Parts: sequence; structure tokens; C-alpha cells
Amino acid sequence: MSILVVQILNSLFYASVLFLIAAGLSLIFGVMRIVNLAHGSLFAVGAYIAAWLVGRAIAMGLPVVWLLLLMPVAALAVALLGIVIEPLLLRPFYRRAEEYQLLVTFGLLLILEDLMRLVWGGLPLTADTVMDAIPSVHIGALIYPGYNILVIGVGVAAAILLWVVIYGTKFGVLLRATSQDRRMAAALGLNVGLVYVAAFAVGCFMAGLGGAIVVPSHAAVLGMGIEALILAFVVVVVGGLGSLKGALVGALIVSFVRTAGIQFFPEIELAVLYLIAAFVLIIRPTGLFGTA
Amino acid sequence: MSLLRTVELRKRFGALNACDGVNFTVEKGEFLSLVGSNGAGKTTLVNLITAHLQPDSGQVLFEERDITGLSVSERIKAGIARSFQLVNLFDGLSVFDNVALAIFAREGKTAKIAALAANDDDVRRETREVLAEFGLAAKSELMAGELAQGERKLLDVAVAYALRPKLLFLDEPTSGVSSAEKAQIMDTVSSVVRSGAVTAVVIEHDMDVVFRYSDRIVMMHEGAFLADGPPDAIRANEAVASILLGAPSPA
Amino acid sequence: MKADAIALPRFHARLWPYVAAALGVAVLISVPNFAGLYQTQLLTYGLIMAIGALGFNLLLGYTGLLSFGHSAYFGLGAYTVAFLLQWLGIRSMELYILLGLPVVAIVSALFGYVCVRHTRIFFGILTLALSQVLYSLALKFFWVSGGTDGLRVKRPTLLAGMIDFAGSGGFSRFLVAYYYYVLGVFILSTAIIWVIVHSPFGKALQAIRDNETRARFLGLRVRRFRWAAFLLSGTFTGLAGILWAPLNGLTTPDVLYWPFSGEIVFMTLLGGFRNFFGPIVGGVAFTFIKTYAVASTEYWQLLLGTVLVVLVLLLPTGIVGVLVQVARRRVPMERS
Repeated sequence: MSILVVQILNSLFYASVLFLIAAGLSLIFGVMRIVNLAHGSLFAVGAYIAAWLVGRAIAMGLPVVWLLLLMPVAALAVALLGIVIEPLLLRPFYRRAEEYQLLVTFGLLLILEDLMRLVWGGLPLTADTVMDAIPSVHIGALIYPGYNILVIGVGVAAAILLWVVIYGTKFGVLLRATSQDRRMAAALGLNVGLVYVAAFAVGCFMAGLGGAIVVPSHAAVLGMGIEALILAFVVVVVGGLGSLKGALVGALIVSFVRTAGIQFFPEIELAVLYLIAAFVLIIRPTGLFGTA
Repeated sequence: MSLLRTVELRKRFGALNACDGVNFTVEKGEFLSLVGSNGAGKTTLVNLITAHLQPDSGQVLFEERDITGLSVSERIKAGIARSFQLVNLFDGLSVFDNVALAIFAREGKTAKIAALAANDDDVRRETREVLAEFGLAAKSELMAGELAQGERKLLDVAVAYALRPKLLFLDEPTSGVSSAEKAQIMDTVSSVVRSGAVTAVVIEHDMDVVFRYSDRIVMMHEGAFLADGPPDAIRANEAVASILLGAPSPA
Repeated sequence: MKADAIALPRFHARLWPYVAAALGVAVLISVPNFAGLYQTQLLTYGLIMAIGALGFNLLLGYTGLLSFGHSAYFGLGAYTVAFLLQWLGIRSMELYILLGLPVVAIVSALFGYVCVRHTRIFFGILTLALSQVLYSLALKFFWVSGGTDGLRVKRPTLLAGMIDFAGSGGFSRFLVAYYYYVLGVFILSTAIIWVIVHSPFGKALQAIRDNETRARFLGLRVRRFRWAAFLLSGTFTGLAGILWAPLNGLTTPDVLYWPFSGEIVFMTLLGGFRNFFGPIVGGVAFTFIKTYAVASTEYWQLLLGTVLVVLVLLLPTGIVGVLVQVARRRVPMERS
């Protein structure tokens, strides 16, 4: 029984991270109609920055509680990166064919992957201290990291916050208006360019936050972004591109399938995921809640 | 036997009744104009007949054969073709290839993968003939995207004509061009179509054009037929006049 | 005539490709005579990637579908060679091709059937997802596929076993002989794809690329054409994989991993995807660029990524596209 609870918690932990990445990807697509192939790499950048900040903070002797605050700081850094990337690399391509957008974000992926190697080297960067700092909980006879539960909390909070922002604030209205009809929004006087930058920054923030909160548990390694992107794709395919609910449901489905897969058929658990994505695309191309 | 007959054709878009029990007949050899204000249902009717849209109810009979269930390609094979209001060409292919492709498609030769298209003399000859008829022979090596607007409209018609249909629908073939060009285009189109014994239905807004070239004029209004007859009869029709000119019809 | 135009005898515009091809072949044939073994080997890789890119471009440039999953067919071709060697002891290059092509063709047909029901971004994502199914299978079933270590591929025999490369100096003899072999396959493949693209079928593909609605209103069965293009495209890219494995000596899951699909797209764009010869130039150029990048810096991905971004920003028509534009301005050409 305890094992079951642990597995469920593991799935929820994984789902939280996936949700953050996928929701960011979905938001960017929903508003800007761009599929950012470098999104996974931004997730990785978030992980590296967070791990690096934790390392510096510990060296400076900061109390452990402060370390947790570094997570959103890392996410913010990624958002700032996004604010630089959008006008430089994405804006020239909005009027161009979709192929070029994919290519330029692929180029960005290559650049980011090597920038991470340049700055932080080939060895994994850890932030275990943060994880150790949170007391463990007892589940039956088992001991479970309290940090994971914190991550689940962050995931839930993020989902709620996003929902509130998108459906309850003026900014959210701007986002939704622009995503539904860009030209109409512009005709109504909305500064579409600004909305785009903001949407991209938010999407990057979420990817970065995903990386930041996962790094105490899983060290930052080269190539983690490329793997993450594929999983994020599976999530948005299942849940529907452009849908917040879809990102949440998709993340949960993918997470639980993955956990079950690892448990019962470990060899092909990845393949099962991709097959599910392919299957969903075949019978319901827009995903469960997709709008595209 | 009428060439085309629709029976109680209906199509709604939400609250809009685009086709309200339309009974439309077209006789072989006619040059017919379909007129009416925007939203009257002309393009919807054509879309229903060419299988671009599916009707809510009703039938489409071609040569007294029920084609309501047939797909786009099946109707083309039966002999119905159309051109488009917003020019629909293959901009990455040459003018020559645009027409040639229609002929290849008609002849069922598009599955040929082991032979060069340039080697098919029959197709090339017919392509040259069609281009000459439409006055586009001099431009045949240009990319379709490089033509002027008037020429593009002509090419759009030529491509549909090259399918050698029995019934050809032309959706606003003179829209978007200058008045001088309009006459040129319609001269070419009507002479080619008549000499090729193709029955034509033209959706048109320019009433001068309509009166000058048509054998018969059908006017649609809010999804139904308002008037149907030769140009003289339509000219004398007061209901038509009030719709067209916005003047109150004499009681 | 512009002052800076070069005075040349007027050529029929239609003859240019054949002249260029003849010159190209002449140059390629003579390469081993003046280039070293290493350059020859590199060019062999380049020609292999050219075949892969030509196949890929059937789908992108001529049918208008961007696949991000072509690594599947390349990798499948490579692994088929490795399996044929390991399980059946086959050493003949001809058998690798004869037995490998049906395998990649069948999988292309299968994947293609599923993928062409969608367009644009969903098509791309679907091709990506399916290719990663193969990747994860190669990774996970390591007792079959060799996992990340891969499978060794020994030097094959060429021309129905008539030529083998045992004994001393075998490797250098192999490199030269294999260059000519690949060159032959390359010329044949190019000729076949040239005919395909200029056939009525090829014209229909381009029409569908330009205007799907109009193509439908010519009576063309759009989905069927796209599927056929997918099948052909995957098969030629698979052929590249088949040729690649014996030269590389090793088949690893890397060639199934999705960034490799990105490289295929990259090299096609580099050469120019709206021109027949673009993928050839791109395939060869990319091979050399990547090799030198990898050799000169640890951060070759950074280099390549920057090149890609600059390319897409400034030279969207690719190398050949630019050359064509330059040529059009400087040389007056008769249009027939």
C-alpha cells in the first residue's frame, strides 16, 4: 500500500515538472502559433542556473530557506533570456513560412546546448542540499523526500496561478484575444508585439521554473533539454496544443503511464509513450482539449 | 433532359439560410449568369454543386444522374469543373505546367512517375492550343505567380477549361481587374467556351458584363431564386430593378 | 545589357542543369586522383548525405511537407545492414541494398500512411514521435541492437562478392572503391529522382504543394499523392542509411535520435530546398562543415546553430538559391 502511495507521489512529482514545461510550450503556441524546439533547452538552462545559484549561495553561507527562493530567481533569469530571444530570433519569422520558425528554434537549441556546456562543463551540476534541507515524511514504513511533496505543491500552485492569470486578469484577456485572432487584436489597438514578448517570457519562465524545481532531485546534465522536449511534445499532443487544461491532463496521463511503464515493462516504457502520442494524433489530432 | 438539375437544395450556416430549397436547372450549351447581392447564396450554390460543400438536404442531378453523394474528383470525372473567385493557381509551376497538369489529371496520367512530363507530345500540343485560345501563349514559360492579375484570372479559367468539362462554373472571373481588362477577359472566356461547346455558369457582379454576354440570367436573393430569364426579360423585371438599384419597386 | 553582364554564348535555360550535372560528375569521378584518402572518405559521406537529403526534399521542397522524423528511415537502413550482417552473416553490399530497401520502404509506407492524414505542425510532430519510437526501441532492446554501444559493421564485399578488402592495405583500397560505388549509386539515385520530379506525378506533387484546394479540384487524390511521396522520400533516405553503415563501421542509436532529423533538415535548407540540386550541395557542404566544426572546436553545436540561424535569417533560399539569383543577374539566358 505504501509503495502504491509512493508511486503515485512520484507520478505527481513528475507530472508537476512536465506540466510546467508543457504549459509553457502550449502557451507560446497558443498565443504565437510557434512551436519552440528550444523549449526543452530553456528548461535545462533553468536547471543549470538554479543549481549554480544554489552552489554560490551555499558558498556564501546563506541559510537553507533562502535556497528555495532561488528557484523562481532562476526561472526569472530564463524569462529574461526569453525577452532577448524573441525580438532577435523569432520576430523576423512571424510572417514567414512555418518551416523557418522550426529551423530557427532548432538552431537556437544547438546554440543553447553548447552554451550550457561552455559555461558549466560536461559534469552534472547538483543541488542536493536543497532536497536534503526539506525534512522527509513517513509513508507507512517508508521514508519519502519531503521535497517531492513541495514540488507537487508548486505544480498545483502554478496551475492555479496560471488559470487565474489567463482567465481572471486583463493580461489574460489580452493573451486570449491575441491567440484567437491576431489581426483583430491588432485592429483593436492591442500592441501585439508586446503581448508576444510577454507570452514568450511567461512560457520561458515556466520552462525555467520546471528546470529549477527538478534539479535538487535530478542533477542538471547535458542533453536533459532534448529529452524533456520530446516528453513535452507527448504531453501537448495528448492534452492538446494551446490548452492549459490539456497540459495538466496530458502531464498527468504521461506521468502515470511512465511510472506504470517503468514498473511493469521497463524496456519499452519510452516507446509506449511515443506510441500513445502517435495514437492520439491519429484518432484525435487536436488532442483531448486542443484548440489548434 | 437538362444538363444539371438541383432538387430542393438546402444549406444553412447557423441562422443564415444560404440555399433555401433551390431548384436550379441548366440546359446544355447555355451561357448563364448567376447574379445577386453578396450573401445571396450564389457561391454556396456553386460550392454545393461542385462538392466543395455538402448540402443539408436535396439532390444534385447531372444528366439526370444523382451525383449528390459523389466526391469532388468523381464530379470532375463526370464533367463538372470550376474556377475560383480568389485566384487559385499553382504559383510554383509555370503557366504551361498549370494547364498541362489539368490535362494530365483529366487523362489519368498523373500516376506516371517513370516518364518525363515534357515528353508527352499529346499533352503538350493540347496545352499549347488551350493557352493560345486564352491568349496566354506568349507567357507560357513564366511562373504562374509572375503574371499580372488579369492574366491570372484568365489562367484560372483556362486550367478549369482544360479539364474539358461539360459544365463549367466560373466564380467572378472578372473581379479585381480594371474595366478594360474585364471586357477582354469576358470576350476570351465567352468565345472559347462557346466554340468549345461547354455549358457555362458565371457568377458575376458587373451587370454590364452580365447583360452583354449571357444567354440567360438567374438572380438569387437570400438563398432563393428571384428571377430567371433572358437579359431582356430581366431588364424589364421590376423586382430585380429594385434589388439592383435599391429603388422602391412600383407597387 | 547591363555593364557588368558577362558575355557568354546563349544557352537554352533548359540545358543548364544537364551541363552542370555533366561537369559535376566529371569532377566527382576525378576526385580520388587529386584528393587524399581522408578527403575522399569525407566526400563519400557527403554523397551519402546528399542522397538522404535529395530523398528528404522530395517531401519538403516538392510536396510541401516538413518531416522532423527522417532519422527513422536513415537509422532503420543502417540497422538493417547491421542485422543482416549479425544474424545472417551477409557481407554483400548488393544484398544489403536489395534486402534493406524493402524494409525501409515498408516502414515508410506504414509511418507515411499515418502521418499524411495531417499537415503542417501536426505532421511534423507525428513524424518526430514515430521516429522516437524507433529510437527508444533501439535504446531499450540493447541485447538486440547493441544499445548505446551499437553494432559493428564490417567492410562489405562489392559487386556481388567480386571485390573484397581483406589483407593489408585493405582499408585504403576499400575507401577508394567504396567512393566509386557510392558515387555510382548517387548518380543513379539523382537520375531517378530527377525523372520522378519532372514526371506528371512530380508535377502533381508540386501542384498539391502550391495549392491543395485547386489540386483537389483537378480531381487529384491529395492524400494518396502525399503518401506516395512519403514512401519514396523515406526509401531514399533509408538508402543513404544503408550506404552509411559499412563506411562508418558502426551503427548506433544516434542516427535515430531526433536531432539527427534536424540535421537532415538543416543540410537541405543549407543547399536550398526550392531547387533540385540544393540538397546535393547542402548534403556535401554540411558534411564538410560539420566535420571541420567538430574537429576545430568542442563547441561545434554552437557553431552549427549559429550558422543555421544566420542561414535562415539571411539566406533562406540556401546556397544554390543564392547562386541562381546571382547567375540570373549576370548572365543573360534565352528562355526557350
